[in-house]
Amino acid sequence: MSEQSVEITVNGKTISAEPGEMVIAAAERAGEFIPRFCYHPRMSSVGMCRQCLVEIDTGRGPMLQPSCMVPVSPGMTVDTESDTTKQAQEGILELLLANHPLDCPVCDKGGECPLQDQAFSHGPGESRYIEEKRHYEKPIDISSLIMLDRERCVLCDRCTRFADEVAGDPLIHFVERGNATQVMTYPDEPFSSHFSGNTAQICPVGALTAKPYRFKARPWDIEQANSTCTSCSVGCEISVHSSRDRVLRYQGIDNDDVNWGWLCDRGRFNFESIHAEGRVTEPLIKTADGHQATSWNAAMSITTELLNESLASAGAPSVGLIGGARGTNEDAWAWARLCTALGIERHDPQIGDGLPAALLGMPRATIRDVASAATVVLLAPDLKEELPVLYLRLRDAVVNGSTRIIEFTATGSGLTRHAWRSIRHGAGDAGSVISATLEDADVQAQLSSGPVVVVAGRGNLATSADVEFAALQKLMTAVDGATVLPALRRGNVVGALQAGLGPTSEAFDTTSTLTAAANGQIEVLVLLGSDPLADFPDRDLATAALNGAGRVVSITGHMNASTADADVVLPAAVMSEKTGSTTNLEGRVLPVAKKVNTPGVARPDWMIAVELADRLGHDLGASSVEGISEQLMSVGAGVGSVWRVPFQASAQEVSVAPKGGYDIDLIVSRVMYDGGVATASSPSLAGLANGRAVAVNPAVLEQFGIDSGEMIRIVSERGSAELPVCPDDRLDRNTVWAAFAQPGRESGFGDVRSLISSSAPVSRVRIERVP
Amino acid sequence: MARLTDENVTLAKEIIDRYPRAKSALIPLLHIAQEQDGWVTDEAMRHIAELIGVTPAEVLGTGTFYEMFKFEPVGRYLINVCGTMSCALLGADDLMHAAEEELGIHEGGTTDDGMFTLHRAECQAACTEAPCLQVNYRYRFRTTPVEVRQLISDLRNGRLEDEIPPHGTLARVRQHIPADRGVGAVDPSRVTSPPEWITASAEGGAS
Ligand code: SF4
Ligand code: SF4
Ligand code: FES
Ligand code: FES
Repeated sequence: MSEQSVEITVNGKTISAEPGEMVIAAAERAGEFIPRFCYHPRMSSVGMCRQCLVEIDTGRGPMLQPSCMVPVSPGMTVDTESDTTKQAQEGILELLLANHPLDCPVCDKGGECPLQDQAFSHGPGESRYIEEKRHYEKPIDISSLIMLDRERCVLCDRCTRFADEVAGDPLIHFVERGNATQVMTYPDEPFSSHFSGNTAQICPVGALTAKPYRFKARPWDIEQANSTCTSCSVGCEISVHSSRDRVLRYQGIDNDDVNWGWLCDRGRFNFESIHAEGRVTEPLIKTADGHQATSWNAAMSITTELLNESLASAGAPSVGLIGGARGTNEDAWAWARLCTALGIERHDPQIGDGLPAALLGMPRATIRDVASAATVVLLAPDLKEELPVLYLRLRDAVVNGSTRIIEFTATGSGLTRHAWRSIRHGAGDAGSVISATLEDADVQAQLSSGPVVVVAGRGNLATSADVEFAALQKLMTAVDGATVLPALRRGNVVGALQAGLGPTSEAFDTTSTLTAAANGQIEVLVLLGSDPLADFPDRDLATAALNGAGRVVSITGHMNASTADADVVLPAAVMSEKTGSTTNLEGRVLPVAKKVNTPGVARPDWMIAVELADRLGHDLGASSVEGISEQLMSVGAGVGSVWRVPFQASAQEVSVAPKGGYDIDLIVSRVMYDGGVATASSPSLAGLANGRAVAVNPAVLEQFGIDSGEMIRIVSERGSAELPVCPDDRLDRNTVWAAFAQPGRESGFGDVRSLISSSAPVSRVRIERVP
Repeated sequence: MARLTDENVTLAKEIIDRYPRAKSALIPLLHIAQEQDGWVTDEAMRHIAELIGVTPAEVLGTGTFYEMFKFEPVGRYLINVCGTMSCALLGADDLMHAAEEELGIHEGGTTDDGMFTLHRAECQAACTEAPCLQVNYRYRFRTTPVEVRQLISDLRNGRLEDEIPPHGTLARVRQHIPADRGVGAVDPSRVTSPPEWITASAEGGAS
């Protein structure tokens, strides 16, 4: 406790509180729980519900005051149990229940409902109201994920405050007045926030419910385990709730370092994919009649044989491994050891859509560092889309703190409106734009005003990683003392790289492995939970590689495009089906819990590696997940630690050719919902993907005389794609943008990835009318 | 029914400029929307949201708090018959019945020709003049069923055009603040010292 801590008395106990702390929070820390509905420690106090009334004496005698609105002051006396307090709290509950439908038996919140609990603990037991209650149409959709039952709402303002203050998407608001006050969206404008699920979690009654969980279970049937969301590398802390061997929901847990209790909707709801149709439940072998189920023994024998043969005949360079960033640290560690044991050097957890591992060789920052930095420089994809809860932390740092953002972007992002400077650059010229920006005196003054953290990731998948990395290096050299927070996307990419799954040189990365495969130099291509056909930016190369590879062994939880034709498919456990740890983008090691059994005979990746090693005559030094965790702990990767492995930072020069006949920059980046397997096999999320389209400056539509939604042809040196067009005034006339990996093949729309060549530093295109 | 007209957008921008934060112009712009169409349309709310940089939900939420903004079509003349105590005791119901009969609609309804909307209102702060009613917020004091019928007939026949402008009309003379008279908007976050008029008392006051 700091020196200036404030002493107050709560129910006769003297406690020290932080200056400025609200009475309700100080009392709670001292073990005195004051009932509340509207108060939430991560949002501003509004004094909306009055449930927290207690007698507070600041020298003028005891008075009833809302303890969520009154900051502690020296010598203050608080009585949370006096008769007056009790009477006030009972009175408020009686009023809150005057209009409450009391449909607890059919309400999802029943059993974990603060209104139920506090009516029991602090309520009068009986009501004097006999009047007809307020009626509304029972639950209405306020988005495709959230339903609202206005009869149950106690108007606490938590959901609306969350939408406004935390998410920055005030799409729900109180409308009307007095008895008619209700939470509502604008007609025809749903609450389609990326963070909408949080409102269902924080609603203190059953007014807001998340569709994927409605009527699925009762809290007393639920088992829980603390775990970590690995849908992206933020690593939000979650509680996995399951019943009868099915995951039913994820709830956010307040981790002060990471997510503050929030989750994004993708992370919260894609648990549905665990129990999806497309799970691989048995080992499969490709035969003339397609995939045939087989035993582990048979599948492992074949895999062993394939590896043995190709290692013996063509040597280690004929085997390549792609993937491993979606598993646990233990999975990555086991596979990295297996590769080392077999002398395999071609291994890369990134699918050509990240940045070189040398990124981790730069001085690194934590989320806390970012959120408290004087300046945050964004050289990253749109964080709101890719690392959503990091976006929330950064937004908070700007809105409620004194952090200033300098953003370099080709298209604008969710943080543009909070940026102190948002600076546009074209494809491949971020480096020179950065240099020019750094000459500005205001920018220099800002950068020297305090700590600088660079959030660095692959902003544009149509520009090569080298070009983007070179820009980052330029920035890091120019700004003394800056640290980096890697904005790489896959859940455990940092863990996989640090566990040794990263390539030791560019000659072994995914792009070079795929190139070798396309040239017929790869005998066995191992896909470790990866789908290059869907994820590698250069679609033609990925296709040629999968066709050119001798054999493809896919270790996967779900059937996917790259697995459809694999020679061997080994069924893998997915998150919530295995124990271990994961490493988030900071390097923080976080726990991963098993809550349900794998379907069929699926196994965790590490187990497959250990057995393969055994069959190939190697000992990985551990044969259980605990054994591997111990090994990890001995290198500093125990749960709870921030694990940092030094990487060589390599400098390289890249030159970008001047514009030729193709003079429009192609920008490709991810959005929250795409055709990826976790989203696509979660029924509640699948429909939320944007779908294929290309965004252009509205003037381009005029120039071509076409309307939004009509087809346009985009042509690059590599190929062409016909896509529906949509106007986007964030873009200039020399830039087009398309979301990556969107579903839409069904409708015959072209794939923007067919325009991207992994050997070209940037992708430039021209626009043509569809004849 | 529609977005704000070009003329009203010009006016809206002038109003927005008077505030340090565009958002503060929300209520005045709702008035303009209501003046334009007689009520506040969905399209107008969207337009206002765009003009001041908030979401349409915020416009709706703020607007619906105020009873005098109407979000459904109302007639050219909105008749509010007071139904609170003094008026009720002195025959408000008779006024209402007369109006209903004369207009052929029920309380809460609007005539097919869009001329009249009939509402029962809470106390209009003219209890000493009960029973009373308002037409577009212009009072008729100590009125009678006969007078109500006469009033409606006068309104119908355009005899009160001068006195009672259509519902939503703010003013027939528009205020304009010439540039040299305006104090100009100051961004509150840039204000570092107390306003001049406070300094004197701050110095003189307890410190
Ligand atoms: S819906 Fe829930 S969170 Fe929102 S105001 Fe009502 S009770 Fe509060
Ligand atoms: S931000 Fe990332 S880690 Fe957090 S809930 Fe979303 S997907 Fe999961
Ligand atoms: S918790 Fe204090 S007023 Fe609601
Ligand atoms: S009761 Fe009618 S004006 Fe007051």
